[in-house]
Amino acid sequence: MENLESLEKTINSELTTKILSSKIKHDQINICIEENNLIEVMIFLKTNSSTKFKQLIDITAVDYPEKDKRFKMVYLLLSHEKNSRIKIEFDIKEGEILSSLTSIFPSANWMEREVFDMYGVEFKDHPDLRRILTDYGFKGHPLRKDFPLTGHNEVRYSEEDKKVIYEPVKLEQNYRNFDYESPWEGTKYIKEQTKE
Amino acid sequence: MAKEIKKLNLNFGPQHPAAHGVLRLILQLDGEVVEKADPHIGLLHRGTEKLIENKTYTQAVPYFDRLDYVAPMNQEHAFALAIEKILKINVPARAQYIRVIFCEIGRILSHILNVTTQAMDVGALTPTLWGFEERETLMGFYEKVSGSRLHANYFRAGGVHQDLPKGLDSEIAEFCEKFPKIIDDLETLLTDNRIFKQRNVDIGIVSKQDALDYSFSGVMLRGSGVPWDLRKSQPYDCYEQLDFKIPVGKNGDCYDRYLCRIEEMRESVNIINQCLINLPKGPIKTNDGKISPPPKKEIKQSMEALIHHFKLFTEGYRVDEDEIYTAVEAPKGEFGVYLISDGSSKPYKCKIRAPGFSHLQAMDYLIKGHMLADVPAVLGSMDIVFGEVDR
Repeated sequence: MENLESLEKTINSELTTKILSSKIKHDQINICIEENNLIEVMIFLKTNSSTKFKQLIDITAVDYPEKDKRFKMVYLLLSHEKNSRIKIEFDIKEGEILSSLTSIFPSANWMEREVFDMYGVEFKDHPDLRRILTDYGFKGHPLRKDFPLTGHNEVRYSEEDKKVIYEPVKLEQNYRNFDYESPWEGTKYIKEQTKE
Repeated sequence: MAKEIKKLNLNFGPQHPAAHGVLRLILQLDGEVVEKADPHIGLLHRGTEKLIENKTYTQAVPYFDRLDYVAPMNQEHAFALAIEKILKINVPARAQYIRVIFCEIGRILSHILNVTTQAMDVGALTPTLWGFEERETLMGFYEKVSGSRLHANYFRAGGVHQDLPKGLDSEIAEFCEKFPKIIDDLETLLTDNRIFKQRNVDIGIVSKQDALDYSFSGVMLRGSGVPWDLRKSQPYDCYEQLDFKIPVGKNGDCYDRYLCRIEEMRESVNIINQCLINLPKGPIKTNDGKISPPPKKEIKQSMEALIHHFKLFTEGYRVDEDEIYTAVEAPKGEFGVYLISDGSSKPYKCKIRAPGFSHLQAMDYLIKGHMLADVPAVLGSMDIVFGEVDR
């Protein structure tokens, strides 16, 4: 743990103003940065001899539709030598275009494609920004909170047409999302009262 | 004048026995040499992450079985650990040991499947037949403990669902006694086999640096000589108290990865044996009534238990607002769960980090310059299962 704290200090002192905030939580360093510093921060974390975060574990986004800066981008790195993990995050608006990490970590390629596919976040200088997990010709971004769980189209084999056809989803029964919250504990004014 | 040779585009899959599932691979060939490989994935995409966002934490567990469906419990483990860390639950020792036993059984299940089907991809049929007999026994253990052979849904935040049924520990011990002999038999078929070696040695070489750059983990990383295993370096549950070795390869080719898997199976047997000997007595899940359901007997007698039971299976337990990334050493590599909870009984987001996704990504890099016939060998040694790649 001491190790992690000193590592956090080193990162903070080296990157100074580029880091907006940093903390240690669940044995992992979390830092918030600004979007336009992404590349520099990544290169530093990967190449500096005191950090050596040589492996990109994952890239993902989180959707908060009610916020002005709708998406939170999350980058997870791992350092084998220091045996520690770091999480880099920043918020972006819908439609903002990010710099791609493919030149630093080749493995960012598919991860960014996945973020593009699932959230519609675009990356510049990406060699091959296509959809990856969804169907050919798919529309929409499934992991956005405003995308319906059931989707828009369904696929079936049509005996008449002798081919697979797409048609709008028809449900025999609507998706039921019950609200199980306790009327005693869950009601809003009670929650506010108990918080104090 | 030399005639211009046209490049050939070959569509491999999505239905091809050597594709290990539904992989569509567009290969650009120059004669028999592969110049470019473009994997098209997502044919098994089920939207697991979206579904999990709409289910309670208890209902989300079965989705993890369906990711890497040859080693289901290892995935459940990552999810259970994530919730436990947020809620700061202490898992009883017995539950930790049971979980480790079944994770190692999962590892053996996965490695048998991989080693033997890789042999089949390069032309040997017998190992598959021998190996699958053992998988059957192991899946029998899964069935005895959870009620189903594949989709176990056995791990819970705070422990496991049920205690081991009577006599299962001695059955597993009996298997552990027999199994090393079976590995020896498999090795007599493959390890020094001339054809197997010709097809695997020096094929799909990954250097240390590239293994790191391409986010490899598990055997793909260790095969290239990086001694890294989350069970040792960031131990979870009771792995710290166990004594086991981590096999590391030298050359980073398909053959080294095969050898690593064989050795890992032996180590897994060793781990299971240690767990069975030291298996403590006691509860198998946390006794916090707000998280784990009460025993049936109590429901009949205690009003509080009845309320807890009702609330747990309708609303589900709530998880405080937090976010966490936890990873476990699944048979295929680092399997991680990035969980964001918002204080309700459903996760706000649950990103699943599947090792196979990054491995398959490197297909183009690995196969460039190899012959067409090496495609199944490389694919086989990457240990791809589409359940987890496509999610």
